[in-house]
Amino acid sequence: MYIYDDYDQALVDQRVAQFADQTNRFLAGELTGEEFRPLRLQNGLYIQRHAPMLRVAIPYGHLRADQVRKLAAIARTYDRSYAHFTTRQNIQYNWPKLEDVPAILAELATVQMHAIQTSGNCIRNTTTDQFAGVAFDEIVDPRPWCEIIRQWSTFHPEFAHLPRKFKIAVSGSVGDRAATLVHDIGLHAVRNAAGEVGFKVLVGGGLGRTPIIGSVIRDFLEPHHLLTYLDAILRVYNRYGRRDNKYKARIKILVKAMTPESFAAKVEAEWAFLKDGPATLTQAEIDRVSQFFTAPAYETLPGDDAGFVQLQAENKAFARFVERNVFKHKQPGYVAVTLSLKKTGVAPGDATADQLDAVADLADQYAYGELRVSHEQNLILADVKQSDVAALWESAKALGLATPNIGLLTDIIACPGGDFCDLANAKSIPIAEGVQKLFDNLDDLFDLGELDLNISGCMNSCGHHHVGNIGILGVDKNGSEWYQISLGGRQGYEASLGKVIGPSFAQDDVPGVIRQVIDVFVEQREGDERFIDVFDRVGIEPFKARVYQKERAHG
Amino acid sequence: MVKTPHVIKLDRQTGEIEVTANHWLRLAEASDDPVPAHSLLPLAEWLERKDELIGRDDVGIWFKPDDEPETLGADAANVAIIAVEFPAFTDGRGFSIGRLLRERYGFAGELRAVGDVFKDTLLYLRRCGFDAFEVRADKDVHEAAKGLHDFSDAYQTSAEQPLPLFRRRSA
Repeated sequence: MYIYDDYDQALVDQRVAQFADQTNRFLAGELTGEEFRPLRLQNGLYIQRHAPMLRVAIPYGHLRADQVRKLAAIARTYDRSYAHFTTRQNIQYNWPKLEDVPAILAELATVQMHAIQTSGNCIRNTTTDQFAGVAFDEIVDPRPWCEIIRQWSTFHPEFAHLPRKFKIAVSGSVGDRAATLVHDIGLHAVRNAAGEVGFKVLVGGGLGRTPIIGSVIRDFLEPHHLLTYLDAILRVYNRYGRRDNKYKARIKILVKAMTPESFAAKVEAEWAFLKDGPATLTQAEIDRVSQFFTAPAYETLPGDDAGFVQLQAENKAFARFVERNVFKHKQPGYVAVTLSLKKTGVAPGDATADQLDAVADLADQYAYGELRVSHEQNLILADVKQSDVAALWESAKALGLATPNIGLLTDIIACPGGDFCDLANAKSIPIAEGVQKLFDNLDDLFDLGELDLNISGCMNSCGHHHVGNIGILGVDKNGSEWYQISLGGRQGYEASLGKVIGPSFAQDDVPGVIRQVIDVFVEQREGDERFIDVFDRVGIEPFKARVYQKERAHG
Repeated sequence: MVKTPHVIKLDRQTGEIEVTANHWLRLAEASDDPVPAHSLLPLAEWLERKDELIGRDDVGIWFKPDDEPETLGADAANVAIIAVEFPAFTDGRGFSIGRLLRERYGFAGELRAVGDVFKDTLLYLRRCGFDAFEVRADKDVHEAAKGLHDFSDAYQTSAEQPLPLFRRRSA
């Protein structure tokens, strides 16, 4: 895990002082609400439906146990003893007081955390694979590159006020677990013909009201050119991205308008001036940052642990937990364990202060004091000995964090929705709960196999509904809340966008409609096909026919 | 009558700061002959009259956010003052204009930020090569000047610091 030096710490401390000054000037009337708004957003502070909301960065989803305890302490002191993990590896507090925010930031700074650029029209938190560094299919550990990008993007003088928000995701593996195709910039680690590692660069992906899959603008970028190339992309976007209409201001609109080929040519022309300049990464810097992400002191184990294997044969509940929540590790005898924040009846991604403290203890006990957050809003202990999984499972069960549903229908990605968010057209949390209740029987849930269901409360798509196998979008119709359902979306390198099934539904009807969609899937399914396989084979029509067989929908 | 804003001037060598009255006027068009002293002309107009104006140290250029530094090119080296307009402080195009003028086109004169300019963007502007700041008339100019010192260092390369932190950190 990266450890701040005096330079890093000074910047975070000085940001706390700067934000305290901005808050004081706003409260004293020296800054208008309109002026303060972009300034506070650049520090993750929204004024929401009920109270301010503060979004704290978890750079590339990594946390130390002491940081988790600090997050818990902040939740108790300044909020209502819980917090919400987001789809971009951040954490949000829903009830802080505006005047308390400088104090919260000061507390975060003591554990090398901050809320810098977690919102606003700037470069946001860089996200990556929650299994970075331990995944069996990894080409390169993406974390040093994420940290290098974090430093480059923090207070970048030229890109502080972009046309719109800007999100970068990095994948270092064969499989993409970071939704890189739907980011403003997606970086994929690849090997060239000579076996050297570099990045494939995609731009212009994104969700929101105009969902687009990113386009490749460079097949292979040598790693030491990463920052000058990013500078070139951002400069083209900063200068030519639309600023007259916020709905057309994302880079995806510029890339589409120019065509990816012309955009790539413009970037290359700009890069020609920057390439090999002083911002070119040095091997010394790559090494300096990489040394923070070395493997922990693993025990040398012969392979799979006998007790771990045996308990799976004897105990169905444990076997289910292993099947869904345990991920293959590159180190023999170790696994990565996902703690589910998707228990039925709890808002997806929410954790209480007590749970956070307990998870910090589990991280200390079983996982070298570190944990990760996934963009699916779960927590991961990345380095657990197989022989410890049973004990960890028992502890996690007692905490309500062992629901064996990772990748299944009830592992729902959802935004906070209309219960909290000012932007939302409709609620998300009760919809998630309604669906979870309907599929609460584990046998049934397991039989259905892998299925992503994602819910967004509005077109901003924080709940990634476009890339859910089943997507649910809250829409406003004459002041009442309705839900549009789409099918066939998926994430990963094969990412594609779901197709809207038809007219939207009232809140009470949504679980029933999902039931019908699942019924069609089960009837059409051959063998162990996944939902998405069936959808690809039979298309949307059978689902449409069932769902609209009687008049339920309203225009 | 709009109150004339004060200007914060930064000595890029010594870092010294001075607050002065503004002497420069932005002219939407200068049909008069000759162009009066202390005029800032829109880029297109300056380019039209380049032969007459180049080398005059009492006439400068006024960039709008969609003006392209490329159209001025290397002539930037022979201009005494360029003002870049920020219609809103959240319009960051002027940051790129500043860096391009300084780092690519050899502009060494006064680079002045005008428009929606106040404390909270001054340091970004400074790092993009600006050394004069026409602070909005309704803001306290001395308070604004403190914004130039919000941070003691920065990670990136910039017009002010050509070496990124990682090249200085290991030194």
